Amino acid sequence: MYLLIVFGPLLGALIAGLFGRILGDKSAQLVTTGFLILSAVLSLFAFNQVAYNGHEQLIHVMNWFAVGDFQAAWALRVDTLTAVMLVVVTFVSSLVHVYSWGYMADDPHKARFFAYLSFFTFAMLMLVTANNFLQMFFGWEGVGLASYLLIGFWYKKPEANAAAIKAFVTNRVGDFGFALGILTIFAVFGALDFDTVFGAAHDNAALVIPFLWMQFNAIELIAFLLFIGAMGKSAQFFLHVWLPDAMEGPTPVSALIHAATMVTAGVFLVARCAPLFEMAPHASLFVTVIGAMTAFFAATVGLVQNDIKRVIAYSTCSQLGYMFMAGGLGMYDAAIFHLFTHAFFKALLFLGAGSVIIGLHHEQDMRKMGGIAKKMPLTWIFMIIGTIALTGVGIPGTSFGFAGFFSKDAIIEGAWEAGVAGTAFGYQAFWVGIVAALMTSFYSWRVIFMTFHGTYRGDQHTFDHAHESPRSMLVPLALLSAGAIFAGVLFAGDFIGDKQAGFWRGATVIEAVADTSHEAPDAHAVPEQHAAASAEDHGGGHHVPTWVAWSPFVVTLIGFAIAWFMYITREGLGARMAARSRYVHPFLYNKWYFDELYDIVLVRGARKLGDLFWKGGDQRIIDGFGPNGFAAATLAGAKRIAKLQTGFLYHYAFVMLIGLVGFITWILVSGVSGGH
Amino acid sequence: MNTLPHILSLITFLPLLGAVVLVVFRMSARGEDADVIDRNAPSVALATSLITFGMSLWALMDFNMADPGFQFVEKANWFGDMSYHLGVDGISLSLIVLTTFLMPLCFIASWGVVKKRVTEYMVAFLVLETLMIGVFSSLDIVLFYIFFEAGLIPMFLIIGVWGGAERVYAAFKFFLYTLLGSVLMLIAVVAMILTAGTTDMVALLDYDFPLGMQTWLWLGFFASFAVKMPMWPVHTWLPDAHVQAPTAGSVILAGVLLKMGGYGFIRFSLPMFPDASQTFAPLVFTLSVIAIIYTSLVAFRQTDMKKLIAYSSVAHMGFVTIGIFSMNVIGVQGAMFQMISHGIVSGALFLIVGVIYDRMHTREIAAYGGLAQRMPVYATIFMLFTMANVGLPGTSGFIGEFLTMVGGYQVSSWIAFGAAFGVILSAVYALTLYKKVIYGTITNAKLEDISDMVRREVITFSPLVIATIVLGVWPSLLTDMTGPAVEALVEHIAAAVEPSILEGMQ
Repeated sequence: MYLLIVFGPLLGALIAGLFGRILGDKSAQLVTTGFLILSAVLSLFAFNQVAYNGHEQLIHVMNWFAVGDFQAAWALRVDTLTAVMLVVVTFVSSLVHVYSWGYMADDPHKARFFAYLSFFTFAMLMLVTANNFLQMFFGWEGVGLASYLLIGFWYKKPEANAAAIKAFVTNRVGDFGFALGILTIFAVFGALDFDTVFGAAHDNAALVIPFLWMQFNAIELIAFLLFIGAMGKSAQFFLHVWLPDAMEGPTPVSALIHAATMVTAGVFLVARCAPLFEMAPHASLFVTVIGAMTAFFAATVGLVQNDIKRVIAYSTCSQLGYMFMAGGLGMYDAAIFHLFTHAFFKALLFLGAGSVIIGLHHEQDMRKMGGIAKKMPLTWIFMIIGTIALTGVGIPGTSFGFAGFFSKDAIIEGAWEAGVAGTAFGYQAFWVGIVAALMTSFYSWRVIFMTFHGTYRGDQHTFDHAHESPRSMLVPLALLSAGAIFAGVLFAGDFIGDKQAGFWRGATVIEAVADTSHEAPDAHAVPEQHAAASAEDHGGGHHVPTWVAWSPFVVTLIGFAIAWFMYITREGLGARMAARSRYVHPFLYNKWYFDELYDIVLVRGARKLGDLFWKGGDQRIIDGFGPNGFAAATLAGAKRIAKLQTGFLYHYAFVMLIGLVGFITWILVSGVSGGH
Repeated sequence: MNTLPHILSLITFLPLLGAVVLVVFRMSARGEDADVIDRNAPSVALATSLITFGMSLWALMDFNMADPGFQFVEKANWFGDMSYHLGVDGISLSLIVLTTFLMPLCFIASWGVVKKRVTEYMVAFLVLETLMIGVFSSLDIVLFYIFFEAGLIPMFLIIGVWGGAERVYAAFKFFLYTLLGSVLMLIAVVAMILTAGTTDMVALLDYDFPLGMQTWLWLGFFASFAVKMPMWPVHTWLPDAHVQAPTAGSVILAGVLLKMGGYGFIRFSLPMFPDASQTFAPLVFTLSVIAIIYTSLVAFRQTDMKKLIAYSSVAHMGFVTIGIFSMNVIGVQGAMFQMISHGIVSGALFLIVGVIYDRMHTREIAAYGGLAQRMPVYATIFMLFTMANVGLPGTSGFIGEFLTMVGGYQVSSWIAFGAAFGVILSAVYALTLYKKVIYGTITNAKLEDISDMVRREVITFSPLVIATIVLGVWPSLLTDMTGPAVEALVEHIAAAVEPSILEGMQ
């Protein structure tokens, strides 16, 4: 069963990719989607088996590396953490497959598209089922390849090609760290499989090793290097530049890869390596800080973007920052829970945006939208559900709330608790979380208002032909909406509530009593009392003051109100403010000028260095003093050689032969045997 | 075991036999008969190379994987103290199989493409094959030197006769570099023979050269092997040679000839001069890391497809030298793997350039663009080998790169750190090349009716595709074969190195 979950999509990809042209588009779609749905159904079984019945799996497929001590196997490891990922990946992926039937209906290369999608899913599944760092790296790079291929799917568009390369190369910068991390792990532990490494982590907590010119604590170093990889894949601050550009790919791709699954691989990595990060306070602090910076930075940029997909992309970036914040503060369970709920509502938002884009004939600029709620009522409703879930609406202290409420508030409150407990950067993380939540609410509602409300600002022809999307696109939206509404309330108890010990069973590190103020529905405690009790009981660290619990909710309302004011009450105010702003708006709109900076320093730097080495190093110095200089020195000879034509090359051969003959003669004459 | 007697001699000299047959027929033919010979020469050459490949597989079947020593040994007295001594271990046999595997593909790739002096072309390649196999199977240092140096002659001719517009300059450069290396190596070989009093490599392997002498001998061999690899800064002959060579010439040059340098290091420098190797290892590491970063950046700026791939070869060979001089099992195994993998992948990449060169007669990257629309099969295969070139896990390219980095890391984290830049930079140049050639819209009107790969071309690539993926997923196929010999080698070095040198290293 587990083999089929993982390798089914690969089979589908191979069939569609290799025989797509023979089978036809329809069959290719059927085969890939069929395998994916099968995979998703089996994943649900697996989830039940593993998470609730405790049947962890470790399936050895075959040996991969076996060189000296360097051993790594192809294997499937399914514990609760993996099972969660299996469900997320296969569920979203199969919905995206179905959705693509409608979205890509007019595309001439459907078989290729579905093959890529399925291949991506396979690589992602290999990543999450890995039992050693090397197989994880295989999946890691595999999803990078799939992402590259899918971003550049419309290969005639120069922007798409540039974005694809940017994504791959930026990811490789992260992989540079990841690879070094793996090498360090092997150097320290002499093994690469998770059990051995994590088992020995504790004993090596104080080990100091030399790395480059410095001495490092081994575990800190490893955790830090691995996180560099996570930063690349999950588009964290400094390595985030590829994600917004990746929106050049088809929208289903954005939903699957750049929202729900691949970009969360970094969070998965941190959760998987929790035993290492637990022993690496400095690296964990770094994770928290980078996560907080990303959450803040991406939210500010998201405030002013006009491309509907880019807003959602920055939102993704920002939400990933939340997850890392949680991971860095030791709340791996909350990080994964947010990953889980985020997958639903962010995929929903992306697919909803895709529905809008298709409905308006591939228009993505929100300045040319407005008032289309009437034309696309279902899409409108689904998008609102997604927005409510993303902004985390819910009543604190109760179990009423959308998915994001449970997971995001858990992170924000957890950050406060961490601050109380004295963890570095805990309070700061809390405040960043609050501010980012305010911005999240604003930009999310801005999207809704600019797109669906007010007056239409595009050309009339497009508006007249605007239409609701076909059923193949609406059904996935409906299913994801269900997830966006209920994923939080149903699973909070398992992921972060009182049942979590039995749920995770060591798949990631959880705190001994990590009980948050959101109880699962069946919890008996009266919420109000909790909140009241926690106001007095700071030191306990498990409960937070009422104002802390309520502040995310309040800022969400404020964000909504501002958006309402700027885009509904005073429609056009936002655009006017943007036009008047001299510094702030351009700064945010141009993404803090990261692209420009990198372009000047890295891209042009690499070109200049390349030219310098080529024309200066190779041609002028090496060739100049080497062969060409030699030639110039022996000018007469060189002139003759330059005149040589084909046949005369035999002369060289002849010279060589003479040399050989001379050598053999010498041996014979001197008589090696005669020497003794 | 029921091994065919003299199987190594058969594998080595069968191609030469084919060449002699062709020469005899061609020389005796006049007028129309000559055309008949020219028409049939490719079939004869292909058949010869296929039989040779089959025989090498036979040898592989009979090969005892667990035995680290030399097998299929043949020894006969020659003249003087020299003997005709052949034998292979896992290291050399894997390179022989690589050679015999690539050869038929070269002939298929040249089928109908080479129109000038067809018979001579086939003869040159067959002679080259014998000499290359001879290099890997010789166990007598004189024999080795003869094969090693004689191999240059057919390569000269291939570049010089069937090459591009500036073939003379390229051949000249090739000549100068290798001449310098050869002379120094020749001196070292002579000195070794005089000191040890034997030409037998098995005996030389156990001979303990005095420390001071090792240094000079090591440098002599290094001069030759470093040029062959090629290592920075003696690499500039390679791009020119590749650009000017015909497609099959490039395939053999990158696929096999470069590997002679690595083989030389493993067979001679490491075990015969272990102390000197230990002393000079930091130098080699430095040059290798420079090669990886420097040539990757240069590759990024190239406008000629073949030059780009040639520079990327230099970078990949940097991983090989890192692995070899890490002198631990993982590193040397990685170097072996990287050599075989690079032979397959870079060979395939040169063939890929050849496919469109045959159609458009230009290697300028700027002349292409948007090929995905007209050549989907081609685009797919190109993508696969691009990924193998950047070392994506699951392809053979990853295994060698990663193992050599593991090996290098055990010596110093600096090495792995420097080499890991290759991971980023290879993606930069390889994907840029791919984008410019395959993606985008067709801007060059001449590309409008370019045809996708024909069956002959698909047949050429299929074995390469399979080998790349199989080795990537199941590398034990190769590492098990080279393992015992590499382990024995590493033990030998560890036992032979003077303790004082090791202390000096720390």
